Amino acid sequence: MKSLWKTFKQGIIYENPLLMLMIGLCSALAVTSSVANGLGMGLAMTFVLLFSEIVISVFRKVIPNSVRIPIFIIIIAAFTTMVDLVMKAYFPDLSKSMGVFIPLIVVNCIIMGRVEAFASKQKPLTAIFDALGMGLGYTWVMIAISAVRELLGNGSLAGIPVMPASYQPILFFILPPGGFLVFGLFISFNIWLKGRMEKSAKERA
Amino acid sequence: MELAKIFIVALLVNNVVLMRFLALCSYIGMTSEVGQSVGMGFAVTFVTVMATAATWPLYHFVLVPLGLTFLKILVFILVIASLVQLVEFYLKKNIPGLYAAMGIYLPLITTNCAILAVTFENIDYGYSFIESIVYAVGVSLGFLLAMVLLAGVRDRIKTSPVPKFMQGTPILFIASSLLGVAFMGFSGLIK
Repeated sequence: MKSLWKTFKQGIIYENPLLMLMIGLCSALAVTSSVANGLGMGLAMTFVLLFSEIVISVFRKVIPNSVRIPIFIIIIAAFTTMVDLVMKAYFPDLSKSMGVFIPLIVVNCIIMGRVEAFASKQKPLTAIFDALGMGLGYTWVMIAISAVRELLGNGSLAGIPVMPASYQPILFFILPPGGFLVFGLFISFNIWLKGRMEKSAKERA
Repeated sequence: MELAKIFIVALLVNNVVLMRFLALCSYIGMTSEVGQSVGMGFAVTFVTVMATAATWPLYHFVLVPLGLTFLKILVFILVIASLVQLVEFYLKKNIPGLYAAMGIYLPLITTNCAILAVTFENIDYGYSFIESIVYAVGVSLGFLLAMVLLAGVRDRIKTSPVPKFMQGTPILFIASSLLGVAFMGFSGLIK
């Protein structure tokens, strides 16, 4: 149980795909102009990651090593198609605003990376916790980035206006360059935090 | 005229990297030298055009008549992956010079999201075959442009006094943000 919790925590913090490993950036910057988009993308990603890891982990002994990559791609593409169709049917507005980024989950490095490095070697139960950790780790960073961008660029949070009426929205943050800026500052903060954590760990030792 | 418009919009107004955040992995990862970024840019151009030429007829002449359009994602990714493999074999055997120049980038671009995005968008926007090819060329030259720009900026960053908290990756995103602001100036180009 303890090791499962540790696997889960790895994805949320220590090996966070966006802030620490810096993979899967495309969607992270493109769809985070509002909290609803960030959350939707995060959950779609978590779903595909979870089920791909479960399926691959269950069949890990049957999949021949030499053709494993095409097989992984087919499995991931199947779940991505499901998410794409479900989003189109039940959340048409959300699906429209995210556009091509839903089908592009299939080539997201996070999924391929976790499946290749983790799920193809571990038991299904461990893979579930890894997928949840990585997926939710991705989701919370997406929500954090989109909250900053939506608050400054639109004066609202998840569509609800929170800033006083006199606040003039800084449109820059919703536009693409704002995405680069906010993400750059997030990484910068993260590097500072990591430095602090290492320093205090050293002092304690 | 219509074709020229598609090209300009794809190349500058909706630049694939700076305005649409596609292919960021290679944008950040492969721009430490100008030469490398040019090689990567041309390899992507080559594969994007090939992939468009392969997937457009496949979609309109095979998937649509058979009513299998929901298999689009699966089919396109497999077509692109195998296409990249074939191109790699062919170049290795017949044109070793070109292979030496861009062969090492080929395996990396199978999962370059810009290529897959272009093939989907050609379908979504309802482009004809010629328009699709023009769009593919525009997008991938836009990618090349952004790569070369960032590679140039990185050369200057190496010798500049960057604030300590910005050193490493953060400054690259800040630089990209500024490049993006410059590219927004193109948005008035097309009505």
